[in-house]
Amino acid sequence: MLDSTYQSRERKNAPLTSIEREFILLTQKGLPIVSRPYDHLAEKLKLSVAEILAMSEDLLERGVIRRIAAVPNHYRAGYTFNGMTVWDVQDDVVKEYGALIGRLPFVSHCYQRPRCLPEWNYNLFAMIHGKNEQQISEYRTQIKQLLKDVLQTSEHKSNDMLTSSKILKKTGLRLQANKD
Amino acid sequence: MDALDKRILNRTQRGIPVSEQPFADIASELDCSEDEVINKLQHMLDDGLLSRFGPMYDAASLGGAFTLSAMQVPEERFDEVTEIVNAFSEVAHNYKRQHRLNMWFVVACESQQEIQSVIKDIEQQSSLPVYDFPKEEEFYVGLYLPV
Repeated sequence: MLDSTYQSRERKNAPLTSIEREFILLTQKGLPIVSRPYDHLAEKLKLSVAEILAMSEDLLERGVIRRIAAVPNHYRAGYTFNGMTVWDVQDDVVKEYGALIGRLPFVSHCYQRPRCLPEWNYNLFAMIHGKNEQQISEYRTQIKQLLKDVLQTSEHKSNDMLTSSKILKKTGLRLQANKD
Repeated sequence: MDALDKRILNRTQRGIPVSEQPFADIASELDCSEDEVINKLQHMLDDGLLSRFGPMYDAASLGGAFTLSAMQVPEERFDEVTEIVNAFSEVAHNYKRQHRLNMWFVVACESQQEIQSVIKDIEQQSSLPVYDFPKEEEFYVGLYLPV
Protein backbone atom coordinates (compact mmCIF):
# COMPACT_ATOMS: atom_id res chain seq x y z
CA MET A 1 0.00 0.00 0.00
CA LEU A 2 1.26 3.44 -0.87
CA ASP A 3 0.83 6.18 1.65
CA SER A 4 2.50 8.97 -0.30
CA THR A 5 2.95 9.82 -3.95
CA TYR A 6 5.64 11.61 -5.84
CA GLN A 7 4.68 14.65 -7.87
CA SER A 8 7.07 16.02 -10.41
CA ARG A 9 7.73 19.69 -9.93
CA GLU A 10 9.42 20.41 -13.23
CA ARG A 11 11.03 23.60 -12.02
CA LYS A 12 14.73 24.15 -12.20
CA ASN A 13 16.16 25.37 -8.87
CA ALA A 14 13.03 24.21 -7.05
CA PRO A 15 13.97 23.54 -3.42
CA LEU A 16 14.20 19.87 -2.48
CA THR A 17 11.17 18.30 -0.86
CA SER A 18 11.63 16.21 2.27
CA ILE A 19 11.09 12.98 0.32
CA GLU A 20 13.73 14.05 -2.21
CA ARG A 21 16.15 14.78 0.64
CA GLU A 22 15.46 11.30 1.99
CA PHE A 23 16.15 9.83 -1.45
CA ILE A 24 19.47 11.69 -1.58
CA LEU A 25 20.47 10.67 1.94
CA LEU A 26 19.77 7.03 1.08
CA THR A 27 21.76 7.12 -2.18
CA GLN A 28 24.73 9.32 -1.23
CA LYS A 29 26.91 6.31 -0.72
CA GLY A 30 25.72 4.78 -3.97
CA LEU A 31 23.15 2.39 -5.37
CA PRO A 32 23.28 -1.34 -4.70
CA ILE A 33 24.50 -3.26 -7.75
CA VAL A 34 21.61 -5.71 -7.87
CA SER A 35 19.01 -6.63 -10.46
CA ARG A 36 16.41 -4.22 -9.06
CA PRO A 37 18.44 -1.44 -7.43
CA TYR A 38 15.46 0.82 -6.66
CA ASP A 39 13.33 -1.71 -4.78
CA HIS A 40 14.89 -1.07 -1.36
CA LEU A 41 14.45 2.70 -1.81
CA ALA A 42 10.81 2.24 -2.72
CA GLU A 43 10.33 0.19 0.42
CA LYS A 44 12.15 2.65 2.68
CA LEU A 45 10.38 5.72 1.26
CA LYS A 46 7.02 3.97 1.06
CA LEU A 47 6.69 4.78 -2.63
CA SER A 48 6.24 2.55 -5.66
CA VAL A 49 9.26 1.75 -7.81
CA ALA A 50 7.58 3.72 -10.61
CA GLU A 51 7.46 6.75 -8.33
CA ILE A 52 11.12 6.34 -7.36
CA LEU A 53 11.99 6.23 -11.08
CA ALA A 54 9.87 9.34 -11.73
CA MET A 55 11.70 11.11 -8.92
CA SER A 56 15.09 10.07 -10.35
CA GLU A 57 14.08 11.38 -13.78
CA ASP A 58 12.91 14.63 -12.27
CA LEU A 59 16.12 15.13 -10.25
CA LEU A 60 18.15 14.41 -13.41
CA GLU A 61 16.02 16.86 -15.37
CA ARG A 62 16.56 19.56 -12.75
CA GLY A 63 20.32 18.92 -12.63
CA VAL A 64 20.29 17.87 -8.97
CA ILE A 65 21.56 14.47 -10.15
CA ARG A 66 24.20 14.92 -12.87
CA ARG A 67 24.07 11.26 -13.88
CA ILE A 68 23.62 7.80 -12.40
CA ALA A 69 26.84 6.08 -13.28
CA ALA A 70 29.97 4.13 -12.50
CA VAL A 71 32.75 6.46 -11.37
CA PRO A 72 36.19 5.02 -12.02
CA ASN A 73 39.05 5.75 -9.68
CA HIS A 74 41.24 8.07 -11.81
CA TYR A 75 44.49 6.56 -10.63
CA ARG A 76 43.41 2.94 -11.05
CA ALA A 77 42.15 3.73 -14.56
CA GLY A 78 45.62 5.05 -15.41
CA TYR A 79 44.73 8.75 -15.38
CA THR A 80 47.42 9.86 -12.96
CA PHE A 81 48.10 13.35 -14.36
CA ASN A 82 45.86 16.37 -13.98
CA GLY A 83 46.28 20.05 -14.51
CA MET A 84 44.15 23.04 -13.64
CA THR A 85 44.43 25.11 -16.80
CA VAL A 86 43.50 28.78 -16.42
CA TRP A 87 42.87 31.29 -19.20
CA ASP A 88 42.51 35.02 -19.65
CA VAL A 89 39.58 35.16 -22.09
CA GLN A 90 37.80 38.29 -23.39
CA ASP A 91 34.83 38.81 -21.07
CA ASP A 92 32.28 39.24 -23.85
CA VAL A 93 32.92 35.73 -25.24
CA VAL A 94 33.93 33.77 -22.14
CA LYS A 95 30.55 31.99 -21.87
CA GLU A 96 30.54 30.93 -25.51
CA TYR A 97 34.12 29.62 -25.33
CA GLY A 98 33.61 28.08 -21.88
CA ALA A 99 30.82 25.94 -23.31
CA LEU A 100 33.11 24.90 -26.18
CA ILE A 101 35.97 23.92 -23.85
CA GLY A 102 33.57 22.11 -21.51
CA ARG A 103 32.63 19.77 -24.34
CA LEU A 104 36.18 18.46 -24.76
CA PRO A 105 36.30 14.82 -23.58
CA PHE A 106 39.39 15.26 -21.37
CA VAL A 107 37.96 18.24 -19.45
CA SER A 108 36.33 17.26 -16.14
CA HIS A 109 35.35 20.68 -14.81
CA CYS A 110 35.00 23.96 -16.65
CA TYR A 111 34.02 27.16 -14.87
CA GLN A 112 34.03 30.90 -15.28
CA ARG A 113 35.42 32.53 -12.14
CA PRO A 114 36.19 36.16 -11.30
CA ARG A 115 39.59 37.69 -11.94
CA CYS A 116 41.44 39.05 -8.94
CA LEU A 117 43.70 41.73 -10.38
CA PRO A 118 46.57 42.31 -10.25
CA GLU A 119 47.43 38.91 -8.74
CA TRP A 120 45.18 36.79 -10.93
CA ASN A 121 43.99 37.72 -14.41
CA TYR A 122 42.40 34.38 -15.42
CA ASN A 123 38.62 34.06 -15.77
CA LEU A 124 38.21 30.56 -17.29
CA PHE A 125 39.22 27.38 -15.46
CA ALA A 126 39.35 23.95 -17.13
CA MET A 127 40.60 20.87 -15.28
CA ILE A 128 42.20 18.32 -17.59
CA HIS A 129 43.15 14.68 -17.03
CA GLY A 130 45.56 12.38 -18.82
CA LYS A 131 47.73 9.30 -18.55
CA ASN A 132 51.08 11.10 -18.72
CA GLU A 133 52.66 14.52 -18.78
CA GLN A 134 52.86 14.61 -22.56
CA GLN A 135 49.15 13.88 -22.86
CA ILE A 136 48.05 16.72 -20.59
CA SER A 137 50.45 19.05 -22.37
CA GLU A 138 48.84 18.10 -25.69
CA TYR A 139 45.38 18.65 -24.24
CA ARG A 140 46.45 22.07 -23.01
CA THR A 141 47.72 22.91 -26.49
CA GLN A 142 44.35 21.87 -27.96
CA ILE A 143 42.54 24.26 -25.62
CA LYS A 144 45.00 27.02 -26.47
CA GLN A 145 44.32 26.46 -30.15
CA LEU A 146 40.56 26.80 -29.60
CA LEU A 147 41.02 29.99 -27.58
CA LYS A 148 43.71 31.60 -29.71
CA ASP A 149 41.54 34.42 -31.05
CA VAL A 150 40.06 35.41 -27.69
CA LEU A 151 43.01 35.13 -25.31
CA GLN A 152 44.31 38.35 -23.84
CA THR A 153 46.98 39.35 -21.39
CA SER A 154 45.48 41.88 -19.03
CA GLU A 155 48.26 41.03 -16.56
CA HIS A 156 51.26 38.73 -16.64
CA LYS A 157 50.39 35.87 -19.03
CA SER A 158 47.44 34.76 -21.13
CA ASN A 159 47.23 31.28 -19.60
CA ASP A 160 48.81 28.93 -17.12
CA MET A 161 48.56 25.37 -15.86
CA LEU A 162 48.69 24.52 -12.18
CA THR A 163 49.56 20.90 -11.55
CA SER A 164 48.81 19.51 -8.12
CA SER A 165 51.87 18.43 -6.22
CA LYS A 166 50.14 17.20 -3.08
CA ILE A 167 46.65 16.45 -1.78
CA LEU A 168 46.51 18.25 1.57
CA LYS A 169 42.92 17.34 2.41
CA LYS A 170 40.14 15.46 0.68
CA THR A 171 36.77 14.86 2.27
CA GLY A 172 33.50 14.03 0.58
CA LEU A 173 30.74 16.60 0.49
CA ARG A 174 27.74 15.12 2.22
CA LEU A 175 24.23 16.34 2.73
CA GLN A 176 23.59 16.84 6.44
CA ALA A 177 20.99 14.38 7.66
CA ASN A 178 19.71 16.71 10.36
CA LYS A 179 18.91 19.66 8.09
CA ASP A 180 15.23 20.37 7.43
CA MET B 1 40.32 -6.45 -16.88
CA ASP B 2 38.97 -8.39 -19.82
CA ALA B 3 37.32 -6.91 -22.92
CA LEU B 4 33.82 -7.19 -21.42
CA ASP B 5 34.95 -5.45 -18.19
CA LYS B 6 36.18 -2.55 -20.29
CA ARG B 7 33.00 -2.31 -22.34
CA ILE B 8 30.87 -2.40 -19.18
CA LEU B 9 32.99 0.26 -17.48
CA ASN B 10 33.02 2.54 -20.51
CA ARG B 11 29.28 2.15 -20.99
CA THR B 12 28.26 2.66 -17.35
CA GLN B 13 30.48 5.74 -16.88
CA ARG B 14 28.20 7.57 -19.26
CA GLY B 15 25.16 7.01 -17.10
CA ILE B 16 22.78 4.07 -16.76
CA PRO B 17 19.16 4.16 -17.90
CA VAL B 18 16.52 5.06 -15.33
CA SER B 19 14.56 1.81 -15.22
CA GLU B 20 13.52 -0.97 -12.88
CA GLN B 21 16.30 -3.25 -14.11
CA PRO B 22 19.01 -0.97 -15.54
CA PHE B 23 21.68 -3.68 -15.60
CA ALA B 24 19.47 -5.87 -17.78
CA ASP B 25 19.15 -2.93 -20.20
CA ILE B 26 22.94 -2.50 -20.27
CA ALA B 27 23.34 -6.25 -20.78
CA SER B 28 21.10 -6.27 -23.82
CA GLU B 29 23.00 -3.28 -25.27
CA LEU B 30 26.32 -5.05 -24.76
CA ASP B 31 25.02 -8.49 -25.68
CA CYS B 32 25.91 -10.22 -22.42
CA SER B 33 23.89 -11.37 -19.39
CA GLU B 34 22.52 -9.20 -16.60
CA ASP B 35 24.45 -11.34 -14.10
CA GLU B 36 27.70 -10.62 -15.92
CA VAL B 37 27.09 -6.86 -15.73
CA ILE B 38 26.20 -7.05 -12.03
CA ASN B 39 29.05 -9.35 -11.05
CA LYS B 40 31.66 -7.44 -12.99
CA LEU B 41 30.57 -4.03 -11.68
CA GLN B 42 30.46 -5.33 -8.11
CA HIS B 43 33.91 -6.80 -8.54
CA MET B 44 35.28 -3.49 -9.89
CA LEU B 45 33.75 -1.67 -6.92
CA ASP B 46 35.15 -4.16 -4.37
CA ASP B 47 38.51 -3.99 -6.07
CA GLY B 48 38.67 -0.18 -5.94
CA LEU B 49 38.68 0.30 -9.70
CA LEU B 50 35.39 2.10 -9.21
CA SER B 51 35.33 4.78 -6.56
CA ARG B 52 31.54 4.65 -6.46
CA PHE B 53 28.43 3.58 -8.29
CA GLY B 54 25.20 5.55 -8.21
CA PRO B 55 23.76 9.05 -8.57
CA MET B 56 26.27 11.90 -8.81
CA TYR B 57 24.77 14.91 -7.11
CA ASP B 58 25.36 18.55 -7.92
CA ALA B 59 26.45 19.68 -4.48
CA ALA B 60 25.26 23.27 -5.02
CA SER B 61 21.71 22.22 -5.83
CA LEU B 62 21.54 20.41 -2.49
CA GLY B 63 21.34 23.86 -0.96
CA GLY B 64 24.89 24.69 0.07
CA ALA B 65 27.30 27.48 -0.81
CA PHE B 66 30.75 26.79 -2.25
CA THR B 67 33.82 28.63 -3.34
CA LEU B 68 37.32 27.92 -4.56
CA SER B 69 39.95 29.86 -2.62
CA ALA B 70 43.68 30.26 -2.99
CA MET B 71 46.58 31.53 -0.94
CA GLN B 72 50.17 32.41 -1.53
CA VAL B 73 51.91 30.62 1.34
CA PRO B 74 55.63 31.13 2.00
CA GLU B 75 57.34 27.72 1.68
CA GLU B 76 58.71 27.85 5.25
CA ARG B 77 55.18 28.34 6.61
CA PHE B 78 53.51 25.78 4.37
CA ASP B 79 52.95 23.03 6.98
CA GLU B 80 51.76 25.47 9.62
CA VAL B 81 49.26 27.15 7.27
CA THR B 82 48.07 23.74 5.99
CA GLU B 83 47.19 22.86 9.57
CA ILE B 84 45.28 26.12 10.05
CA VAL B 85 43.29 25.71 6.83
CA ASN B 86 42.60 21.98 7.18
CA ALA B 87 41.35 22.45 10.76
CA PHE B 88 38.22 24.11 9.33
CA SER B 89 35.57 21.44 8.81
CA GLU B 90 34.16 23.68 6.04
CA VAL B 91 37.33 23.10 3.99
CA ALA B 92 36.51 20.06 1.85
CA HIS B 93 39.47 19.71 -0.51
CA ASN B 94 42.87 21.30 -0.29
CA TYR B 95 45.67 20.93 -2.83
CA LYS B 96 49.23 22.15 -3.06
CA ARG B 97 49.73 23.45 -6.58
CA GLN B 98 52.77 24.66 -8.43
CA HIS B 99 52.20 28.38 -8.76
CA ARG B 100 52.78 31.61 -6.88
CA LEU B 101 49.32 30.92 -5.44
CA ASN B 102 50.35 27.53 -4.08
CA MET B 103 47.43 26.47 -1.88
CA TRP B 104 43.95 25.88 -3.37
CA PHE B 105 40.96 24.76 -1.36
CA VAL B 106 37.19 24.42 -1.60
CA VAL B 107 35.08 25.97 1.16
CA ALA B 108 31.62 24.42 1.57
CA CYS B 109 29.04 25.98 3.91
CA GLU B 110 25.31 26.30 4.31
CA SER B 111 25.29 29.97 3.26
CA GLN B 112 27.31 32.71 1.58
CA GLN B 113 27.74 34.58 4.87
CA GLU B 114 29.34 31.52 6.45
CA ILE B 115 31.77 31.30 3.53
CA GLN B 116 32.83 34.89 4.09
CA SER B 117 33.30 34.33 7.80
CA VAL B 118 35.42 31.18 7.24
CA ILE B 119 37.60 33.11 4.79
CA LYS B 120 38.00 35.97 7.28
CA ASP B 121 38.94 33.51 10.04
CA ILE B 122 41.54 31.83 7.81
CA GLU B 123 43.02 35.24 6.94
CA GLN B 124 43.13 36.23 10.59
CA GLN B 125 44.69 32.99 11.83
CA SER B 126 47.28 32.80 9.04
CA SER B 127 47.90 36.56 8.57
CA LEU B 128 47.78 35.88 4.84
CA PRO B 129 45.25 37.11 2.27
CA VAL B 130 42.77 34.56 0.84
CA TYR B 131 41.80 35.01 -2.80
CA ASP B 132 38.23 33.99 -3.44
CA PHE B 133 37.16 32.58 -6.80
CA PRO B 134 33.46 31.71 -6.56
CA LYS B 135 31.90 29.96 -9.55
CA GLU B 136 30.22 32.48 -11.86
CA GLU B 137 29.16 30.03 -14.53
CA GLU B 138 29.46 26.26 -14.81
CA PHE B 139 30.05 24.93 -18.31
CA TYR B 140 30.65 21.27 -17.58
CA VAL B 141 31.23 18.85 -14.72
CA GLY B 142 31.87 15.21 -15.41
CA LEU B 143 34.54 13.10 -16.97
CA TYR B 144 34.71 10.11 -19.25
CA LEU B 145 37.84 8.05 -18.70
CA PRO B 146 37.89 5.38 -21.41
CA VAL B 147 39.71 2.21 -20.32
